[in-house]
Amino acid sequence: MEGTSIPALIRARALTKRFGTLTAVDAIDFDVAPGESFGFLGPNGAGKTSAMRMIGCVSPVSDGELSVLGMDPRIDGPRIRARLGVVPQQDTLDQELTVSDNLAIYGRYFDLPRDVIRRRVAELLEFVQLSERARDQVEPLSGGMKRRLTIARSLINEPDLLLLDEPTTGLDPQARHLLWDRLYRLKQKGVTLVLTTHYMDEAEQLCDRLVVMDKARIVAQGSPRQLIAQHSSREVLEMRFPVGVQETLDGALDGLGDRVDRLPDRVLVYTDDGDAAAAVAHQRGLRPEMSLVRRSSLEDVFLRLTGRSLVD
Amino acid sequence: MNTPPALRVLEHELLKYRRGFRGTLVSSFLNPVLYLAAMGIGLGGYVASSKGGATGSGALLGGVSYLAFLAPGLLASTAMQVAAGESTFPIMGGILWDRAFLGMLATPIRVIDILGGKLLYISLRLTLATCVFFGVMTAFGAGGGPLAILAIPAAILTGLAFVTPIIAYSASQKDPGGFNGLFRFGVIPLFLFSGTFFPVSQLPGLLQPVAFATPLWHGVDLCRTLALGTETPTGVLVHVAYLVGFAAVGLLLASVALRRRLRA
Repeated sequence: MEGTSIPALIRARALTKRFGTLTAVDAIDFDVAPGESFGFLGPNGAGKTSAMRMIGCVSPVSDGELSVLGMDPRIDGPRIRARLGVVPQQDTLDQELTVSDNLAIYGRYFDLPRDVIRRRVAELLEFVQLSERARDQVEPLSGGMKRRLTIARSLINEPDLLLLDEPTTGLDPQARHLLWDRLYRLKQKGVTLVLTTHYMDEAEQLCDRLVVMDKARIVAQGSPRQLIAQHSSREVLEMRFPVGVQETLDGALDGLGDRVDRLPDRVLVYTDDGDAAAAVAHQRGLRPEMSLVRRSSLEDVFLRLTGRSLVD
Repeated sequence: MNTPPALRVLEHELLKYRRGFRGTLVSSFLNPVLYLAAMGIGLGGYVASSKGGATGSGALLGGVSYLAFLAPGLLASTAMQVAAGESTFPIMGGILWDRAFLGMLATPIRVIDILGGKLLYISLRLTLATCVFFGVMTAFGAGGGPLAILAIPAAILTGLAFVTPIIAYSASQKDPGGFNGLFRFGVIPLFLFSGTFFPVSQLPGLLQPVAFATPLWHGVDLCRTLALGTETPTGVLVHVAYLVGFAAVGLLLASVALRRRLRA
């Protein structure tokens, strides 16, 4: 590694990915510092996975600059990948092999010696709570177990940087919490995490800093708390009205908060004081079926920034 | 450690092959036994009993028994079939189904290493299948030429001339539907009409040059002349050059197609 200091583990400037006429990632800038946990948030098709694949040195950069671990993916792809752990969106486990063979052969891709592999396989299976399944075939394992195995596999080379593309999509709550715990432990050990997700609670749990992507661009960045402060109010009043009533509320909702959003199923009032807004609503004669006040979340930021329309 | 990356890909193939090893060994043995018994001895006896005169089958076959004529041709055809089997579904699987190639590409393994490892593995499969075939064929009394043993590498080369272009084809397919066409209009007609079962001179005049252009005919004729001891230096050279050329062009196409597919 040349140079005097390495300020960022990943540095992207005007990073662009094009597939034919489609621009999947449009000139984005970001830095990821060592030890940081960094998230890409965004709806499906926003360009998160394309960005991740460029960082993972499997998809060539179309334009702009990218450096990963101080190296250029165009030249040093294999050397960079030797120090990465990758958890892809869809598992690429070998269904015919056993759990431990899946880990062992992956270690061989990194050219690790067999005794090192043997030791790490045992440790990693312990870490993801799959030791009892070591000799079982992968095919019949549950989704959560396969995901844990994929995470264990991504750690076989003791990576400096772990890339996780939607690590918990499709998992039940127990499996998600177990995975979050494991990722949190890795973060504590100093592993740099870069993940994509469209679960806001996941982003709030795991990310020190994140960027929100929409339509191939970065539309906001900061810590979860900063993003909420910048793009949402302190509290949110949620009200659900009987079917047909919401459409008749024109005017009655005006000025209840800093901003009022109408979702198909409920009305959201963004305000610094949710209880006060609820009282005003009551004075105006509004009688929602359900009404609750909650803290503003990353989800509010997300919906605000990326719009409410369904994305394919 | 310092294992070349293609060999690490081969390790994965062998780890998987441990499970299917016995099955392929049995079929590598049973197929030639059945074919040579039914067609070589059964049909061959019928062919021999109907021979006569200068235009009879005996003269057409170069004065050897039908079994001796057929066996080396089948050897080359078997190599083609093993090649086609290993270069179609397993390649698509690595890209689309278990996506093993994508897993490898997240490590220091490169596309070219995947191709190299696959070719090594398929070469081993071809070696195994052709050696077993050759053993069976010898046991049946076919293949008495002094250089007959060279029919084994000749058959492996024949297989490889199919492997690389078929990998290129498989890497560019979106779904396995295209494989039906490949087998129906490629592999099976070649198997039937490239001189394995009867001399190409029996084909209608217009089709003969087509047969000469196919790699299987070159493989069949190479294996056959070596097995029967009727090879000529020129003939061997032309056949080998043709098959190597086919494999080399296929290799180029396969590496381009795989890279295009896997590194979008």
